[in-house]
Amino acid sequence: MARARLHEGEEVDGFRIGRLLHTGGMATLWAVTHPAQPGALLMKVPRLAEGEDPAAIVSFEMEQMILPRVSGPHVPRFVASGGFDRQPYLVMERIDGASLQAQADAAPLPAAEIAAIGAAVAEALDSLHRQHVVHLDVKPSNILLRGSGEAVLVDFGLSRHAQLPDLMEEEFRLPYGTAPYMAPEQIMGIRSEARSDLFALGAMLYLLATGKHPFGDPQRMSGLKRRLWRDPPPPRQLRPECPEWLQEVILRCLEVQPERRHPSAAQLALDLRNPGQVALTARARKLRQDGLARVIQRRFHPDHQPRFGPADCAEAVATAPIVAVAVDLTEQDAALAEALRRMVGEILATLPGARLACLNVLRQNRLSIDSTLDEQGRNKHVQRLVELKHWAAPLALPEGRVTFHVLEAVSPAGALLEYLRVNGADHMVMGARAASLRRKMLGSVSAEVAAEAPCSVTVVRARGGSAGAEG
Amino acid sequence: MRIALLTDIHANREAFEACLADAARCGAQRLVLLGDIVGYGADPAWAVAKTRDLVSQGAIALRGNHDEATAFPRGGMTEDATAAIAWTRRVLDPADAAFLGALPMEVEEDDRLYVHAEASAPGRWIYVRDAEDARRSMEAATARVVFCGHVHAPALYGLTATAKLVSFRPVAGVAVPLTRPRRWQVVLGAVGQPRDGDPAAAWSLLDLDANEVTLHRVPYDVAAASEKVRAAGLPEALATRLLRGR
Repeated sequence: MARARLHEGEEVDGFRIGRLLHTGGMATLWAVTHPAQPGALLMKVPRLAEGEDPAAIVSFEMEQMILPRVSGPHVPRFVASGGFDRQPYLVMERIDGASLQAQADAAPLPAAEIAAIGAAVAEALDSLHRQHVVHLDVKPSNILLRGSGEAVLVDFGLSRHAQLPDLMEEEFRLPYGTAPYMAPEQIMGIRSEARSDLFALGAMLYLLATGKHPFGDPQRMSGLKRRLWRDPPPPRQLRPECPEWLQEVILRCLEVQPERRHPSAAQLALDLRNPGQVALTARARKLRQDGLARVIQRRFHPDHQPRFGPADCAEAVATAPIVAVAVDLTEQDAALAEALRRMVGEILATLPGARLACLNVLRQNRLSIDSTLDEQGRNKHVQRLVELKHWAAPLALPEGRVTFHVLEAVSPAGALLEYLRVNGADHMVMGARAASLRRKMLGSVSAEVAAEAPCSVTVVRARGGSAGAEG
Repeated sequence: MRIALLTDIHANREAFEACLADAARCGAQRLVLLGDIVGYGADPAWAVAKTRDLVSQGAIALRGNHDEATAFPRGGMTEDATAAIAWTRRVLDPADAAFLGALPMEVEEDDRLYVHAEASAPGRWIYVRDAEDARRSMEAATARVVFCGHVHAPALYGLTATAKLVSFRPVAGVAVPLTRPRRWQVVLGAVGQPRDGDPAAAWSLLDLDANEVTLHRVPYDVAAASEKVRAAGLPEALATRLLRGR
């Protein structure tokens, strides 16, 4: 079994133990170096003394299983691990950046800062969920910010990988998590719901916006379960300066039923990056908690008890994609506009969780500074937005399912690609520009986007309409 | 070291060939056949010849209940299985039947035990269908990991130091670590007659260095194998179940 304790200067499997960085409830963290491994490294060693919580062992085992199987900038890079037969440890990249604890301690923060943090964390969660992992312990101290601004999720000790055995579920009957941030379904023992992480992020954004935990910090099961029927005070009740859109986003994350939250972390990130496009509902305007009658009904009436079912996180993400459509408003090609709309309508009809982002590129002149006013004296940008909405109107999408974006850029393809990348879009739908002198001169936008896009691209043509199409 | 684990081949030449080719592609250096080389399928002579060839090259082959029944018919099987055993005995060379009857019931190497059905009473051919079956098998074995077949549907059971059991249905193509304080019972999917709803042949790759086991599913010419079963005059249900994977 494991030795009692490591010491600075010792060597374990070629790793030289450096400074003790942190002693936590379940593990100690050491700075380590290895001649064959560049960069700063961190060694995590579980605390396994007699009488310790067996959860420490199992959660360490889970992390040893999950960390090597996730990748990307939003998780620490896995380096090595050692088993329980000798010295259990986990070596990973040491992230050069601080946790969000300082921001949590400094709350309340300005709305713009909260949105930027929230979007970065939601993007990290989206990356994790696509890798079949639900984190299940999202909180300020488990999120680090890289110098480049990307959020990194750490500590996978409570996480669940949909394609691996869940050791935690079998071992413990009490839910494990961090009380202020735990989703209702997690409290009730569901460990496969990706939107549990959106709830935790919502609780964190609430804290950043108000300086308070939405449900306090209950230490017993009865107190934890209270959030199933008792709604938190709306952020705007505590902080009137909290904008309506931010309250809308936070309270949607904190919905008891996962189906009422954002369908995916990517969609939450999209909202946080586009505050002006958040569809405001009654949540946005709420200024006090629900009345006693409703609370009593939720608590005691059998028809109002929330029901939670198991789910596969990557599967759920796959059914709630962000679909982007590029609409060219300058070509005046009615047949193509109609074909594009039909294609988008068909895609959305099969995916009820999908969200549509309508894009148009307003070309900027490379040489001179463009006048933002066109000949009619109307603002070009606003005019394009109006035309985009007009194009989408026959789709009859509810406000929360569609957003409109006019991108101002010199290169249309470059602007579209940038949008797809930043917003984690899953599918791009665009029209092929008809063969024309213009295309000959400018090249094919759809070909460039299709070649370079980080997602699927569907290029739509109107059959029998304008002669020829671009290849 | 990478070890390919194949079980419940059941005289299905098309599935056996497809799995062996896939195992070679995946870099398997050793081969363990966990029994039921024959029974149900239409190519017992080929399957035994191939097995003898593989064993001569160092593969481990175990005895399954169908192999035993072919060598020493004793009864106690379902009607279709009994009919298939009778047919197999008719078409199989006696030397091949004797080879099957002489295969070992279990083989242990390092911290692993290979057995066709389960470890508590290998000769009683008990199915590992749930966590309690897995617990009985693991408690009877001294090896850390027990590999078995017989069920025709892949599953994985983990036993902790506190005697709790984790059960899990593996996902094809996803490596599952057989973490160390834990003991594991790995129920392998069938090569020649899958019964988990997926007609594709199943085999598993054990990577000793990474301490991981990965379930592989291989599409093969099910229609041809099924048609051969029918043409041999074997019970119709044995032909159709290949198509359905049930």
